[in-house]
Parts: sequence; structure tokens; C-alpha cells
Amino acid sequence: MSSPSVTAPEALREITLAQAINEALAEELRRDDTVFVIGEDVAEAGTPFKVLSGLVEEFGTERILDSPISEAGITGLGVGAAMTGMRPVVDIMFGDFLTLVMDQLANQAAKAHYMSGGKLRVPLVLRTTLGATRRSAAQHSQSLQAWVAHIPGLKVVLPSTPYDAKGLLKSAIRDDNPVVFIEDKMDWRVKGVVPVGEYLIPFGVADVKRAGDDVTLVGTSSMVSICLAAAEILAVEGISAEVVDPRTLSPLDTKALIDSAAKTGRAIVVDEGHRSYGVTAELAAVIAEGAFHHLDAPVRRLGALDVPVPFSPTLEDETVPTVELVAAAARELCGRA
Amino acid sequence: MSTAEQFTSGAAPAADLSLAMYRDMATIRCFEEQVNELYRGAKMPGLAHLYNGEEAVAVGVCSALRRDDYITSTHRGHGHCLAKGADVALMFAELLGREPGYCRGKGGSMHIADHANGNLGANAIVGGSTGIATGAAFSAKRRGTDQVAVCFFGDGALGQGLLYEVMNMASLWRLPVIYVCENNLYNEYTHYLESTAGSILDRPKAFGIESREVDGQDVRAVHAVTSELVTRARNGEGPAFLLCNTYRYHGHHVGDVDRGYYRSKDEEQLWLSERDPLVLHGRWLREQGLADDDALRAIDDEVRAVVERGAAFALDAPFPEPGEVTEDVFA
Repeated sequence: MSSPSVTAPEALREITLAQAINEALAEELRRDDTVFVIGEDVAEAGTPFKVLSGLVEEFGTERILDSPISEAGITGLGVGAAMTGMRPVVDIMFGDFLTLVMDQLANQAAKAHYMSGGKLRVPLVLRTTLGATRRSAAQHSQSLQAWVAHIPGLKVVLPSTPYDAKGLLKSAIRDDNPVVFIEDKMDWRVKGVVPVGEYLIPFGVADVKRAGDDVTLVGTSSMVSICLAAAEILAVEGISAEVVDPRTLSPLDTKALIDSAAKTGRAIVVDEGHRSYGVTAELAAVIAEGAFHHLDAPVRRLGALDVPVPFSPTLEDETVPTVELVAAAARELCGRA
Repeated sequence: MSTAEQFTSGAAPAADLSLAMYRDMATIRCFEEQVNELYRGAKMPGLAHLYNGEEAVAVGVCSALRRDDYITSTHRGHGHCLAKGADVALMFAELLGREPGYCRGKGGSMHIADHANGNLGANAIVGGSTGIATGAAFSAKRRGTDQVAVCFFGDGALGQGLLYEVMNMASLWRLPVIYVCENNLYNEYTHYLESTAGSILDRPKAFGIESREVDGQDVRAVHAVTSELVTRARNGEGPAFLLCNTYRYHGHHVGDVDRGYYRSKDEEQLWLSERDPLVLHGRWLREQGLADDDALRAIDDEVRAVVERGAAFALDAPFPEPGEVTEDVFA
């Protein structure tokens, strides 16, 4: 955990993404008595990844609630609690288990407000994960953000830094709509600067993680760091890449994507979900439609291979976009291949 | 055990409550007949699933609840909605897709929600609202109120896994939720015995949930057992399961008129002539001297006038503006 020292200047405080999540939850649990966390092994265990360590000690088992292994059940319970005055944070350990909660999420949470003509509200946060390369094989490695982003009525958040994770999660808990908040398991240990004081990050506002002129790299979640590393390599070669992180898929800051692509004239979109019918298809279409007359080349897409995620490292590493693949695509797009 | 758990009309409810239950059942019956007419007259878009025959369940249960108690309902939900206090005219308006409807025309027959009366919505996913009801009960307990939540579902929902996930949690955490299973004998077009292994009540019992069975055509019996289970739940004694044996007079939906391949006319006639909840309760009211034929006829006439006015209001009401289609996606 971060040092409790108060003498360090705020700007220099670095914490991990996991700590940022933990802090956001703790602050909102303190601020609002209707917030509670429910999930498998969220209390004393603090989740298998220890992201929630310490919360049960402060807030007790009434508010940090270990549940049975019943993903659909706890999500349904969360929907009902949210309709009646609570702000549940449902913890779904692996994004692959979204398949188990899909009816409660897509048919209940997402539609209750609309179907009731605006009478019912479902201020529910469902925290879950994405991402391969943990050698966890096909049922613990998927990036299913496209599934939920497809459903009107759900907001979908993909933080890529500790700073974004904290500000976005606090906004998610205060939002009156169901929010699916997806964290990259590999990013939990990534450190970043996070202010000590409270702040919120609004949804639907993309962040330019690195400014550039020659090519736009749009990355989500786990792919933002890949794009930034590719931009470093490209800079050495004289290609100036701009890296844009949408941060939320729904709502989507279409203007930021279009403006960046219009400025650079070239765009590559990178997301860890499967390429076919995935997030990259939507983002590429937004750019193609909005910036067509400014583009010097077709929009390129990089996503996970359309195969189940395999176990063996030599196979698994083939499935995800890499720094070198992104850099190669950028060179090609800029006529430097 | 099952005979001991089979409730029959015990202590008679107060006279005014007995008459109110008759009126509420008559309202549902008359409402549903009007819905069927609207459908047959091609005045209603889509379909509806009628509650005729099952009135004693909704009325018996909801008459044991407070306005601030919660219910969740099903695709066959008009009866629950009315019994929990919904307005007839606004319900018709929703069924016809009109602007003044409960959901401003966005929900229709299968999605009416009436939050002001504690109705968290009908649900077109079989068993889909079992989580919502359990969550409402969790919320009531967590907020320290003594509200209870009633989860209505049919025998078809016994096939859905979600029910068992949430009953497990309700029992673990002693949540004030009552699972009301309306066994009308048919999962859509299939007899429940073809889809339901073992004993229905053994399922909640396995979770340690207080489990009862009641004649779902006897409104006083349903009211009595529900009152007892509600009191338990309010006192923190945990969830309950109430199996109500009942019958669906119409088909699965208004368009299901040729039913010979899954049930006999004799069976339908037997329930209509021997087990009708309105006839049974009306007879009891007369026997008790609480109402004579004229008084019951007056209630029927009054109810019919309310229903006819409601339907007329809805037929005259405007449709939503097309531009409203994008409203209410997000709060």
C-alpha cells in the first residue's frame, strides 16, 4: 500500500491501479452509506488479486459482502437493490463470467429505466476484468467489452491508468445508470501519479495520452500502454504518433477520435477484444465516417486473433496486439514500411 | 407435511376487507376481458397474457401488503399490477402504447412498472425478476425499513437457475422476501409435470426456507397465509415460499385459442364451474351475510364502468411523439 505520509508533495504520489481502485471504493463507501460491494471473496480475502484488501476491516461484512459463487444471482440482487435506493458495486472476478450475468445486465439493468418510461433507475456498478497473457487459458482471458458496449442503457468504462481508474470509478458509483467497469488484470500493478485529494473524471471524455502529428493510435485499456510504447519507438524513427484513449466506450467521445484522425490523417485502433465485430470495428467506423475527407489512408484495426485464448505461452502471445505489431502498422500507414 | 401446510380459509377477514378483495378480483377479471376484446378488435398492438382464473392469488397476496412493500411481476402481470394499486386507465393506456401509460408507451403489457405503489415491474424473462425482488428485500433490510418484497412467478420459472441462486442468498441472509409461485399447471403449452422433477416445495425447503402451499382459488386462504409470512418477514425471520395452486382460464396469450393439443375442454370447464375464485368468494360473502346478490351485482357494475371508462380514456389518448424514442435510455 502507499505510504500514509502527508509530507510528500501531492504531485509525486505514485500508487498502483489496484490501489487507485481500492481508494475510489473506500472514498465512496465513506461518503455514501448506500454504497456496498458484493462478490466472491471480496471481504477477508480482498479478492484473489487483493485489489479490495482492507475494505472489510473498515466497512464491515455488511457492506463488503462475500457472496456465493452465483454471478447471475448477485447481479440480479444488485439490480433490485439499485432500484430501491442502494448503490451496489458487484464484483465479477473475471470478465469471462459476463456470460453468466448477461440476462441480468442486458435484459434487466440496461432496460429497466427505458421500459418503465424513466420511472425506475438502476445505479449499479459491475466491476470486472479483461485481458490475456496471464497464462489463464480460454475461460479466464477474454476481453468482452464489445458485448456490453453493444447494449443501449449500459455505460462501459475502460480505465488505462491509476489516475483514470480512480476518477472514473468514483463517477461510475455516483452515476444513476448501470455501469460496466472493466479493468485489465495486467495493469493492476502499474503505477501512476494520483492526487491525494478528491477528483472525478466525467464519462465520454477521451484523453490524449501523447500528442503527435503523423498518425493517431487509438488504444483502449490494456492497449494504451502498447500504443504508448509503439509511439516511443516510432518517435525514434521520425514518426510522430498521437495516442488517444477513449476511456469510456459508452458514452464514446467521437469528436476526440475524429479530431485527432483529421489532424494526423491516419488512424490505427487497438483493442484487446476479438477483431471480428469488435470494439475496433466501431471505433474505426466512427473515424472513417467522421474524418473521411481528412484521411490519407484507410483506418487500420488491431485486435485479438479470432481464436479462443490458448494456454501455452508461445500460442497465447500470438493472440494479442503487440508493440511491434502496432509500430509496424503505423510505419506501413505512413509509407515507411 | 403437505396437508399440514395446505392452508384453507381460517379466521374470516374483516367484512370491508372481504368486500374489497371481491371488488379487486372483479376488477382484474373485467379488465382482462376488456383486454381480450381490444385484442380481438385489433385495437391493441402485440399480445397480452391474461390472468383470468388466477385473481385470488394476486389479490390475496397484495391485500396482505402495504403500499410501500415491493412486488415484482411476470409477463402475466396485469393482475399483480392492479392488486398492488395501479390505475385502470393508465394501465390501458400503456397496453395500447399511449403517452399517458405507466411507461409512456415504452413498456407495454409485459413491462408495466408502478414504482409509486412498490411495483418494480413486470418482466418478460421467465424468472427474470427473482433477482430484483431479492435485491429489493436486501435493500429494505440494509436500509433498516420493515418493507417486504414479494416475487411473483409461475411454474415455468421453476426451470430457471437464477431462482435457486437467489433463494440461497435470501435464506443465508434472512432477507424479507416471499417467493410466490403461481402454479397454473402450464409452462406455456407444456404441463408442469412434464418439466418439473420431484416436489416443488422440496426445492425451497432444501434452502431452509419456510415453505407453504395454498389453494390459489381461495382468496381468503391466500390472504391468511400471506399475512402470516409477511409478519415473519417483517420481524426478521427470513424468506418464505408460497406455492399457490391455480389455473389459467385463457391460453398462454390472447392468441392461444386452439388448446386441445395440450389440455382438454373438460379440464377447463371443471375449473371454471367448480373452482372460480370470484364465484367461490361471492358465495362465501352471501353465506356470511356480508353481501347479497344485489350488492355483488352493484360491485360488478361499478367495476365494469371503471374498466369501460379506462379503456375509453386509453383509446382516446395520444400516442407518444416519435421523437421520444431516444428519451430515457439513460437516467
